[in-house]
Amino acid sequence: MSDVLVRIAALHKRFGSNHVLRGINLEVARGEVVCIIGPSGSGKSTLLRCVNMLETPTDGKVFVDGVELTDPDCDLDRARTSTGMVFQSFNLFAHMSVLDNITIALRKVLKQDRATAADNAMKLLTRVGLAEKASSYPAQLSGGQQQRVAIARALAMEPKVMLFDEATSALDPELVGDVLRVMRELAEEGMTMLVVTHEMDFARGVADRVVFMDGGVVVEDGHPDQVIGSPREGRTKQFLANVRQRD
Amino acid sequence: MSLSRRQRLRLVRGGVYTATVAALVLILLAVDWGALGGALFKWEIVKDQFPDILTNALRNTVIFTIFGFIGGLSLGLLLAIMRLSSVKPYRWFAATYIEVLRGIPLLVTLLILGFGIPIATGWQWPNPYVQGSVPLALVASAYIAETVRAGIEAVPRGQMEAARSLGMSYTRAMATIIIPQAFRIIVPPLTNEFVLLIKDTSLISVLGVTAKTLDLARFGRNGVNDTANATPLVVAGLVYLALTVPLTQLAAWMERRSKAGRR
Repeated sequence: MSDVLVRIAALHKRFGSNHVLRGINLEVARGEVVCIIGPSGSGKSTLLRCVNMLETPTDGKVFVDGVELTDPDCDLDRARTSTGMVFQSFNLFAHMSVLDNITIALRKVLKQDRATAADNAMKLLTRVGLAEKASSYPAQLSGGQQQRVAIARALAMEPKVMLFDEATSALDPELVGDVLRVMRELAEEGMTMLVVTHEMDFARGVADRVVFMDGGVVVEDGHPDQVIGSPREGRTKQFLANVRQRD
Repeated sequence: MSLSRRQRLRLVRGGVYTATVAALVLILLAVDWGALGGALFKWEIVKDQFPDILTNALRNTVIFTIFGFIGGLSLGLLLAIMRLSSVKPYRWFAATYIEVLRGIPLLVTLLILGFGIPIATGWQWPNPYVQGSVPLALVASAYIAETVRAGIEAVPRGQMEAARSLGMSYTRAMATIIIPQAFRIIVPPLTNEFVLLIKDTSLISVLGVTAKTLDLARFGRNGVNDTANATPLVVAGLVYLALTVPLTQLAAWMERRSKAGRR
């Protein structure tokens, strides 16, 4: 797998005096699923948000499918259509039905007509098992259902890579499974995914690669069995020990 | 004293109630109701106010209010967006505009714009409606801008991020995602702004009016001059109430409903 889809080069991000990302280099191949793990405050969410430029990096470069998003002349609105993002807090549009949540960007950004957009949206809703909720409003859905709609909304744009920012962290434990199942299916279908997660079982079972971050740097990067199963670095061992203790 | 704390409290409260009732009774007895009624609510004069007070004065008040509100809302929305802009000069301009127009009494702004501008430039206002509505809208926009800004800021940040992550431009996200949600939040306070505007139109008559363009308040004042009786003003006051009370009640109801819906 030498076809690089996402390339992050020497990436730095500062918030004022807070140096959150300290020189990240990371490549994600087409079709690859990479899970990013690490303690809170390690910069993993910031890194993910730099990939679609929701955060502007202080220094360094980000490429998605050959397009440099960090180029000042880059048309970000256009570039962002190739990156789908799923947020911890779902962020469904509260004033719109489930169907409209999915069709709004199809119509306004991709300029699909209403019928085509609705058609595409229904296919995706069926895929995440929520076709019957098309006319519901986000507030009427459980967290797990909202997150599956959010995944469908991102997928509808036919992105080249999906970014998951702690997609299950805000969910009640019994709802996590449904969302992970959708993510697993997506991975099996060959979607390129960059997943920030605390779900070690998911990372181990689904990821092609696991990246452990701490203090704004990549500490360890390798096969899940290696990084999670037999970590080399002390910080990784410590983190995994803490996670296991919590479970 | 062997009274408990609770007994003492009850005694004090009873005393206050008794004193209040006694004062009210005294006032009611002291007032000459016949004379008061004759001066404030004389039935023949009340009848004389109609239908003109509705077909002319109320109509004008409503026209001033609606022009003022539409103008104020459009400009207020623009100012709110400027106030939240990342472009510093926009922010400064909006902030200054809002401070200045909220800091000057409406009466003074009306006089400056309504009279001062024509005197200074020789330019004449095309008609009394425009002359009255434009200053009203300019002042209203300063207040509405702050309301709208609060509404936009109340929409969770994630809504904008989700919209941008789907490839929407800032403007598109504002127009389709943020502002519609902000408006749901600010409908109650906006209704209250509308009520304030209804009442503020009563100041427009300082700019001078023709028989055709007088508003409710001026109509009442003219009536007082004509009849040497305060009844026309009281009737005008009642017509204002007929407009404002349903609206404030509506705003209160919407506010209760949105609080209940938020969980």
